[in-house]
Amino acid sequence: MSSRDSILKAIAANRPLAQPLPLIDLSMVSRPVDPLESFRTVLGNIGAATVLLSSVDELSAELADARDQGLRVINLVAGAGAMDAVDPAAEASSLEDVDIACLSGTICVAENGAIWVPEQNMGNRLLPFICTQLMLVVDRADIVATMHHAYATIDAFAEGFGAFIAGPSKTADIEQSLVIGAHGAKGLTVYII
Amino acid sequence: MKVGLFIPCYIDQFYPQVGVATLQLLERHGCSVHFPVDQTCCGQPMANSGFASAGKGCDQNFARLFRDCDHIVAPSGSCVLHIKEHLKDASDPEGSAHIRRHIYELTEFLTDILQIETLGARFPHRVGLHNSCHGQRGLHLSSMSERMLPSFSKPARLLSMVEGLEVVMPVRVDECCGFGGTFSVFEEAVSVRMGRDRIEEHAANDVEYITGVDTSCLMHLEGLLRRQGSPVRTIHIAEILNSVS
Amino acid sequence: MKTMTHAAAAEVFNQDAARTRWHDETLWFVRQKRDRAAQTLPEWETLRSWASQIKDHTLSHLDEYLSEFERNALANGVQVHWAADAAEHNRIIHEIISRHGIRRMVKSKSMLTEECGLNEYLHEQGIEVIDTDLGERIVQLRHEHPSHIVLPAIHLKREDVSETFHEHLHTEAGNHDPQYLTEAARLHLRERFVAAELAITGVNFAIAETGGFVVCTNEGNADMGAHAARVHIACMGFEKIIPKAEHLGVFLRLLARSATGQPVTTYNSHFKKSLPGREMHIVIVDNSRSRQLGREDFRNSLKCIRCGACFNTCPVYRRSGGHSYHTAVAGPIGSILTPNLDMRAHADLPFASTLCGSCTNVCPVKIDIHDQLWKWRQVLAAEGHVSWTKRVSMQMAAFVLSRPGLYRLAGRMGRGVLKTMPWLAEHRWNPWSKSRALPEPPAESFRDWYLRNRKS
Repeated sequence: MSSRDSILKAIAANRPLAQPLPLIDLSMVSRPVDPLESFRTVLGNIGAATVLLSSVDELSAELADARDQGLRVINLVAGAGAMDAVDPAAEASSLEDVDIACLSGTICVAENGAIWVPEQNMGNRLLPFICTQLMLVVDRADIVATMHHAYATIDAFAEGFGAFIAGPSKTADIEQSLVIGAHGAKGLTVYII
Repeated sequence: MKVGLFIPCYIDQFYPQVGVATLQLLERHGCSVHFPVDQTCCGQPMANSGFASAGKGCDQNFARLFRDCDHIVAPSGSCVLHIKEHLKDASDPEGSAHIRRHIYELTEFLTDILQIETLGARFPHRVGLHNSCHGQRGLHLSSMSERMLPSFSKPARLLSMVEGLEVVMPVRVDECCGFGGTFSVFEEAVSVRMGRDRIEEHAANDVEYITGVDTSCLMHLEGLLRRQGSPVRTIHIAEILNSVS
Repeated sequence: MKTMTHAAAAEVFNQDAARTRWHDETLWFVRQKRDRAAQTLPEWETLRSWASQIKDHTLSHLDEYLSEFERNALANGVQVHWAADAAEHNRIIHEIISRHGIRRMVKSKSMLTEECGLNEYLHEQGIEVIDTDLGERIVQLRHEHPSHIVLPAIHLKREDVSETFHEHLHTEAGNHDPQYLTEAARLHLRERFVAAELAITGVNFAIAETGGFVVCTNEGNADMGAHAARVHIACMGFEKIIPKAEHLGVFLRLLARSATGQPVTTYNSHFKKSLPGREMHIVIVDNSRSRQLGREDFRNSLKCIRCGACFNTCPVYRRSGGHSYHTAVAGPIGSILTPNLDMRAHADLPFASTLCGSCTNVCPVKIDIHDQLWKWRQVLAAEGHVSWTKRVSMQMAAFVLSRPGLYRLAGRMGRGVLKTMPWLAEHRWNPWSKSRALPEPPAESFRDWYLRNRKS
């Protein structure tokens, strides 16, 4: 018998009596009074910056400045100035010098600062992680209260990949001392339109 | 109300004053207390060492002696919890079940069954309260720092009725003292370290006494305190609640 | 791994009192962060119940959900492998590596690969895997094992890390700054990520209805590896399965809050398919889990989501360190999981607890950890894995304590000895009295007092 079959057989023989799934009653879930305020506060607490914008166009100048300074910018947000093309199959070696990646997030979670970034908004799966500074542009209308609400809104497995990103990469593996900038982006700025 | 008094073996042998205080306290609050003189041990030392099966004799003895009591009360959260969870006399399942349902730790009994509101006790001292784990997490004598539930404490509420007494809690309000039965000898290093850490927090609060609902934890702390030559003393909560002139 | 018992190793650990204190306080700090995070959610206890019920349900339909997961993963183009034990898990991975002729590979945190001894196995085959979680990389460079499932290098101080990095990464001698050291590791591991041909990751949650899986990290190392390499192998114990994506809402709210007090991990990556021309593999591992599933008293240990909260709250773990547990998964949860793997080798672990119950209270999926520790003690004693001295002393105690007359005689004699010949009991070979005074024996027992005062 294959390992697959023997494992499944052993499980079937040993599994407990059927237990029901719980009803996830969202009326029992607390919601922040002011979702935008909560979203921004939490992001601040986890090392991200937030900026309120009235229009995405306001980003154009900032990105243009960065380019002028010689920084490598990849912008995939329409309306934020020049757009860049990125190959989904591009190797890490061709992306490791990206200074700034500017991407669109979709659903934002007020309780924990997480932002859903679907694969199609990443250009390349590595980009949100390998860049030094990540800029995520989101719509304040997309802020939901909790992760329950987020999963009710998105189809997390619609594409090959997607991620909830909450803040810049960090570690506390040396003596529980928090250091921002482990292996992923060293900084995250969230632009809320 | 016929209350069976269970005095755990180590209290019987080494801390008789805790038994006396418990008995007097119950009598003063109107209980007709029955102390079966053939009692020994709840069987916990064997069970916690993996030999629950060896405790059958203890179970039988316990069930025989206490099966006819309306309530059974003991000044020990740990022994009560053991009986509540594990007493099984195969020859007397009904008696065992009755006992498991009707056994109480002393402060639990005073609070929930006797519903004591005044004690008439006086103990003009600064006292640190040690939350013994089995009473707290097993019998729910007080809220637990890990659980996000409303806060309460049966022992602290009773202590607040004692005139002149000031209760001070350690920083880690419900960290284990490290006694743990045979753990105290088989894991001596960690056990001692845990006990010392508890003592240090209480000593930093300038307490004169450390009290609690379990003499076993207090025996461990007392052993450390005496060896250190500390002026801090341990005292079972029954003795404080029974401090009437 | 070391074979010293937990008690012996813990005694060594405690010889450095200052370091023991530091270890205790550092982990207590994490426990406090967990408390504060939990306090922000009025529905905390409800969430725990939901998580527990979802896991209970899943275990009761586990074979169905695994089959569903496999079906969906295959449809997504993912290659699914099944490993009955650690050796098969290691062979499967080795075979994938060999088939592609891969030489450069990275691995993010996976306690399963620790459990299976993957690094050692591959090392014997001449293959080096680079661990990329900072804490894991630190212990790997030191030829140690993680001492904590979430905080692998929590047993080390910054000075230790500084020395290790100075030796291996050529950082400045004596520079202990965590920021500096982390930056050095970032640069060192960047090269490895960019060059990686194969990436191994763990799995936090595998979703039956989609065939996808979620990997959570704060550092971003799982993503850096998995997206850089052309082959991604995700290894999971079969208990990682959950029915639906919506259940992630419950688990992701609990996981990081329980683990570190963060509202959520930084990166919560949802993998479903590889890019065209690349490969994604999932290795589903049993390694005695199906046996644990059949143990009624212990099966719900399989609900564990590896948050480590029971480690941080455990007063014994905090004062004995992870290595004292001589297992891949230490702490209270390890002490109920590992006797299932090898009862004889891990017979000491269920006794490395005071049964205080704090572990059960913090557990986000409501595993009755301390009750299982108690139950394992019974199994271990019944199966003959408890020392004969303990067995004999417990049988003698039981003999005396079930005979009231004998008990009273023994008590009187014991008190007499303590009174007249205390040196017989209070000596340095009695572990009790090494640091503790024995109780002062009273003149009479309570029973004697009672008979004198109440029965006359």
